[in-house]
Amino acid sequence: MTSTARIEDLLRELAPQVLGAVVRRYGDFDAAEDAVQEALLAAAMHWPAEGLPDNPRGWLIQTAVRRLTDQYRSDQARRRREESAALRELPGAEPAQRDDALVLLFMCCHPALTPASSIALTLRAVAGLSTAEIATAFLVPEATMAQRISRAKQKIKASGIPFRMPAPQEFEARLRSVLHVLYLLFNEGYTSSAGTDLHRTDLSGEAIRLTRAMHAMLPERSEVTGLLALMLNDARRPARTGAHGELIPLAEQDRTRWNRPAIAEGVRLAATAMSGGVVGEYQLQAAIAALHDGAERAEDTDWPQILGLYGLLARLSGNPIVELNRAVAAAMVHGPRAGLDLLAPLDKRLPGHYRLDAVRGHLLDMIGDTEAAAAHYRAAAARTTSEPERQYLVTKAAKLNQHNR
Amino acid sequence: MPRYMLLTKYDVDSIGAGPMSEWDPDDITAHLEFLRALNQELIDNGELVDMQALTGPELAKIVTFDGQGSPVVTDGPYTEVKEVLAGYQLVDVESEARAIEIAARVSAAPGPGGVPLRNRIEVRQLMGPPPGGDV
Repeated sequence: MTSTARIEDLLRELAPQVLGAVVRRYGDFDAAEDAVQEALLAAAMHWPAEGLPDNPRGWLIQTAVRRLTDQYRSDQARRRREESAALRELPGAEPAQRDDALVLLFMCCHPALTPASSIALTLRAVAGLSTAEIATAFLVPEATMAQRISRAKQKIKASGIPFRMPAPQEFEARLRSVLHVLYLLFNEGYTSSAGTDLHRTDLSGEAIRLTRAMHAMLPERSEVTGLLALMLNDARRPARTGAHGELIPLAEQDRTRWNRPAIAEGVRLAATAMSGGVVGEYQLQAAIAALHDGAERAEDTDWPQILGLYGLLARLSGNPIVELNRAVAAAMVHGPRAGLDLLAPLDKRLPGHYRLDAVRGHLLDMIGDTEAAAAHYRAAAARTTSEPERQYLVTKAAKLNQHNR
Repeated sequence: MPRYMLLTKYDVDSIGAGPMSEWDPDDITAHLEFLRALNQELIDNGELVDMQALTGPELAKIVTFDGQGSPVVTDGPYTEVKEVLAGYQLVDVESEARAIEIAARVSAAPGPGGVPLRNRIEVRQLMGPPPGGDV
């Protein structure tokens, strides 16, 4: 007897490899996915009672292929498809099984798809979540999510994206696309942690799982290592919100509530990522996170080094939001006026952005200009689209008002 | 993705279409078919979260309460309010631009004689979770 939980874990691990193997052989993503689902279902029914087969992956591929050929046999276009399938089975061209899952990930995160479709398809095909689970995680009806996934599959089919590792000249761009999708998926989960719905799938957990698997497949790619390190900051989650979902800023968090083993792993990976050749955005962000993690108390934070890293990151990404963070770091090193100076050029680049107002409010508060600070906090509160953040900013403004009276 | 509530405001006076009960039945069918097809398209796009039509203001109640004694409940309709909330669509879309595009389609739903009603559609973004990272 093998425990059901162990079998479930094994099936989730094998699902993308099996799907990848079947798609590689038959090309038909949609039909392959249905067949693999049926094979996984059969395994979930039989294995707990009959025990694991000698080669679980082989068993699943064989079962899925049998379903698929049954399907094709009843299909009018059978002959044509079987012929093209036979052509695809080149002798000796069987790549290592770990590549199948990786190629599948490249396919699901193809730049031809919107990030939202890529995320949905990746969760379905690579992470092995059910459509219902994905729908719940994104708070949309199952029919809506089913359509999103089905349209993504149609798009892959229509664009003729081949199931194979991207060619060397396009590998870098495609890898960036995958990492971006995983990063967005992580942020979906990271930001929804305040929700009270216990049945929501842990999306950041899924993103970490997928990135971990990717790191195992591409250990030499320091941007993958950096992204994984960055994600492990999910370990701060228990300290990020109070008992009623209210936001607690980093400086005020109870650091004993951080998940220390995960933090330690993140710090270690961040160091590895920084020493691995060309440094990209994920490595820099991970390195900044690691510096925060290394401070036992907020006042022990190594702000000069964080400021330096934000400088590199700003030059690399050209993202004005990074400039905002750099201004905060500059304020911590050189005083709030230095931070405010850095904010001035952002009025043109981030007009009306609530975070510009929020940061300006914070720096003015540091200077002691509580009236102007309150005005900026109010402006930020009016424009944020995040409920917990609005509460946080409104409360900040209200406290300063009270002080001003 | 951001979520938007598209609130369909119905203003009998400004549109001049009169109450639906006085329309040509074929125009009513065309109107409902237009909205049904639009909603189906939103489902097929993976964008529709929810849509509801509301009962008319004749069934509305307004409730006010100061926390003591009993609440004050008044019946609709209210002659002083010309604009009525007819219903809403909740969509989960890529961008605000897309929400506005959908709202424009709703606004142009056909009225009597197939003439677009030009209802006022109020587009409001739903509050979401906190942004990524620490504040």
